[in-house]
Amino acid sequence: MAEFKKQVPRPTPETQHFWDGAKNQQLLLQQCDQCQHTYFPPRPFCPKCASREVSITEASGKATLYSYVINHRPLPGFDNPHSIAVVELEEGPRMMSNIVGCPQTPEALVLDMPLKVTFEALTDEINLPKFQPAEA
Amino acid sequence: MKPNSIAIVGTAETTELGKIPNLSQIQLHADAALNALEDVGLKPSDIDGVATAGEIPTNVAYYLGITPTWVDGTSVGGCSFMLHVRHAAAAINAGLCETVLITHGESGRSRVGVSNTWPRGATTLAGQFEMPFGVAGPPTMFTIPVLRYMKEYGLTHEQLAMVSVVQREWAAKNPRASFKEPITVEDVLDSKMIAYPFRKLQCCLVTDGGGALILTSAERAKDLPQKPVYIRGTGESVETPLISQMEDFTTSKAFRVSGQKAFEEAGIKHSDVDHLMIYDAFAHLPIYGLEDLGFCDPGCAGEFIAGRNTAPGGQLPLNTNGGGLSYMHSGMYGMYALQESVRQLRGTAAAQVENAKISIAHGVGGMFAASGTIIMSNEQL
Repeated sequence: MAEFKKQVPRPTPETQHFWDGAKNQQLLLQQCDQCQHTYFPPRPFCPKCASREVSITEASGKATLYSYVINHRPLPGFDNPHSIAVVELEEGPRMMSNIVGCPQTPEALVLDMPLKVTFEALTDEINLPKFQPAEA
Repeated sequence: MKPNSIAIVGTAETTELGKIPNLSQIQLHADAALNALEDVGLKPSDIDGVATAGEIPTNVAYYLGITPTWVDGTSVGGCSFMLHVRHAAAAINAGLCETVLITHGESGRSRVGVSNTWPRGATTLAGQFEMPFGVAGPPTMFTIPVLRYMKEYGLTHEQLAMVSVVQREWAAKNPRASFKEPITVEDVLDSKMIAYPFRKLQCCLVTDGGGALILTSAERAKDLPQKPVYIRGTGESVETPLISQMEDFTTSKAFRVSGQKAFEEAGIKHSDVDHLMIYDAFAHLPIYGLEDLGFCDPGCAGEFIAGRNTAPGGQLPLNTNGGGLSYMHSGMYGMYALQESVRQLRGTAAAQVENAKISIAHGVGGMFAASGTIIMSNEQL
C-alpha cells in the first residue's frame, strides 16, 4: 500500500455518523424535525431554518446523474480516465461521487440516468459511497 | 458606496509575466506594488491602507515598510481583489485611511515561496465529501456543472470552443500575452482532453506574476498625475465552498447577487457598458458571467459569443487582454481583469476599445464559490 495516495476523509464530531453509516453500507442524511428539510453534507442544525432539532435518516440509495466530468489526467489510486460526478439523491440533496460499474465514457454516462449507491472500502475505517447504473 | 467618490490612481503589473523563477511570491507582490507606486508618484510612506490575498496583509505591509491604519485580508479566491476594491472604497469614505494599496503576487508556475496548498485539509467539508472522489484541482471541479448547462440549454461543444478562439484573437493584439498564435474551433476540440468535456485550450494558463492597485478619494486624485478611474458601483457575494452543493448548475448565485448589487449602485444600464472583463479560468465562465450579469438571457450566451459579439469589432468587447485562457493566469486572476479595465479607461490598453467610458471587471473566487464585481468609469459625471 506504499503507493496509496488517495485523500482519506477524517471525520469530525459533526460528520462521524455519516462515515459510521457508510461503514455499515448505509447512506445517511439528516432531516429537520421542524421544517422537514432533508440535507447534506452533515451539520447538527438545519441549513434552511437553523433549528437544532434534526434527525438522521437513511437514504434509499436511489439517485440520478446530475452532472460530471471524466478526468483524463493520471491520478494515483484512480483508474484513468475516471468520472467525477454529482448525483441527485431521491430525497433531494446532491453529492459528489464516482460512477462505477460502467465504461467511463460520455456514451455510457448519460445525464439523468438512474443510479444506485454502492460502497467501496477506502481504508479499514472509511467506506466511500459510489454510484452505479441502477439496471446493473 | 457613494458612486465616483473613490478613484484608482495607480496601477501596474509585475515587470515580467509568465515564467519568473527568480522571484518568490512575496517579491511578486512587492515588484507590482513598487511599479504601481511609481505609476502614481507615491512612496510606501504615503500608503496607510493595505489589502491583499495569498499573503496576509502583515507580510506585505512589513516587506514594503508600510505602517497601515487599515488592513483587509479578505481571501475568497481569485476575486478577492474586487472585494478589496469595494472594502477600500468604503474604508476611505469612512475615514479609516486615505490611500490604499492592493497587491497580488503568485508564483503559480515556478512555485517559489508559495503559501497556498492543495489538497484541502482532510477534516474540511471538501476534504471529506469532494476530494476523496479524485478531484485533482480546478480542472476537475470548476468544470463539473457544464454538462448540466449543455443539456438544459443546448450549448454545443463548438460554441464552448469559440470562447477560446475569440479570446485568442484579443490576445494576438497584446504583446504581453502568453499565447498569441491564432486558433480555430477544430484546434480547440483536437487539443488534449483534460476533463471531459474540457480540453487543454479551454483551461487557463498557469503562470507567474502579480499586480497592484492604489486607491484614494476622488478629491485627492485631482492632484495625482494619472487619469483617475472612478469606482462607480461594486458588489460581492459568496455561495458555497463545495461545487457539488451549488444551488443550480446552470447559474451562479454569487455572480447574480454581486452583479446586481454593482449595477444598482452604479445606476447604469447594460447598454452603457463599453468594455467587460469576466474572469475566465475555464471557457464556460464568460458564458455564465454574461448571463448572470444580465447581458444575455439564460442559455443565450454561447450563441452570443459564437456570433462574435464579444470578439474584436463586436458590440461588447470582452476579456480584451486575452483573458486567463491566453493572457496569463497565476492562480488568482482577478487582479489582471481589474488591471485591463483600468488600462481601457485610461486609454492605454494594447487592444484599446475606442472611447471606452464604462468598464466592468467581474471576478470569481474558488469554484463558483465567491464573486466580486467592480464597475468603473473615467468620467466623474
